[in-house]
Amino acid sequence: MSFLDYLLGTRKKTATVAKDRLQIILARERVDRKGPDFLPELRQELLQVISKYVKIDLDQVKVNLEHDGNFEVLELNIVLPESINTVKKTAP
Amino acid sequence: MTKVIVVTSGKGGVGKTTSSSSFASGLALRGHKTAVIDFDVGLRNLDLIMGCERRVVYDFVNVINGESTLKQALIKDKHCDNLFVLPASQTRDKDALDTASVGRVINELRDSFDYIVCDSPAGIEKGALMALYYADEALIVTNPEVSSVRDSDRILGILAAKSKRAEDGAEPIKEHLLITRYSPRRAAAGEMLSVTDVQEILSIPLLGVIPETEAVLQASNAGVPVIHDIESNAGQAYRDVVARFLGEDVPMRFLTADKKGFFSRLFGA
Repeated sequence: MSFLDYLLGTRKKTATVAKDRLQIILARERVDRKGPDFLPELRQELLQVISKYVKIDLDQVKVNLEHDGNFEVLELNIVLPESINTVKKTAP
Repeated sequence: MTKVIVVTSGKGGVGKTTSSSSFASGLALRGHKTAVIDFDVGLRNLDLIMGCERRVVYDFVNVINGESTLKQALIKDKHCDNLFVLPASQTRDKDALDTASVGRVINELRDSFDYIVCDSPAGIEKGALMALYYADEALIVTNPEVSSVRDSDRILGILAAKSKRAEDGAEPIKEHLLITRYSPRRAAAGEMLSVTDVQEILSIPLLGVIPETEAVLQASNAGVPVIHDIESNAGQAYRDVVARFLGEDVPMRFLTADKKGFFSRLFGA
C-alpha cells in the first residue's frame, strides 16, 4: 500500500505533516496565552467538578475567553452524553 | 543610543551561542562597539566558542556582587578590537541574577557600547527571563524542526508579556527570525520544514538563514566564531545577517540545494 502511495505520490511529505501539526497546536497555545494566567487551571478545575457528576469526553469541552468591548466573556461549551444512565452516582 | 539585543530560542542546542558569538563579532567587524554577555549562569560556554576561556578571571555574577568592576570582568576579543565578552559564572546559584542588578550592569555598559548582545540560556527559567528583560530587539534562533518552532513561539509570547518593554507598555521588542541548521536539499525533498513554512507559522520578519555546515563545528572546535570563516556558507550567511540587521538590503542566499553536476555525482565529490 505504501509503495503504491509512493508511486502515486499520494503519501504526505513529513514536512507538510509537521507544518499542519504545528499550526493546530500553536493556534491552541496562543489562545491560552492571551487569556489570564489562571485560565488553564480554571479549565482543569471546572472539568474535575463536571466529571464528578457527568461522564464527559475531554475533547467535547471547549473553554473560550473572548473580549467584547469592555467585557470579557468566559464561554464554556460542554457536550453532554445523550443517555442519562451515563451520569455517575455521587457520593452520599 | 545603545541597543540591547537578546539571542533566544526556548529550545536548547539550536545555535544561540554560535549565533551570539558570530552576530556580536559581525557588529564589531562593522565598526560598532559591542559587548556580548553570557546569561547561562552555571553553564558558561560563550567563552569557549569565542576562544577566550583561559582569560576568564571575573564573571557576570562577580560584577553583580561587587566582587569586581565591570572593566575587570570584560574580556577583549582576540579578533575584533571593538568586541568585549562578559562571561557567565560557574556558580550553581540560580538566583544569582535579578532584574535590578542586571539592569545596573546593562546601564553601565550603555555608557561605552553601541550594542549589547545577550546570549540567553535555553528554557524559560530565570536566566532566560533575565536575558530578554531589557531587550530592545530579539533574534529568535529556530531550527526547521517541530519542537524548536513550538518553543520559539512560546518565547515570542514571553517577549510580549514579560519583558521590560511589555511591563512599561512601551513599543514592543522588535523580533527577527534567524533560521539555523537549514538544509535546502532536505527542505526541497519535503523532509524538512522550509523557510517559508517556519516564517508562516511564526509570522515574524526573517533576518537570515544559516545553512547546516561542517564549518560551524570546526569553528567552535577552534574557538573562532564562524563569521570569521569567510570561505564557509555559514560565515557568509552570518555576515549577511549582520548587514541586514544594520539596515542593508541584502538578498537571501543558500536557500536552494546545489544541483550536482553529472561528474560530481559520478565521483561523489
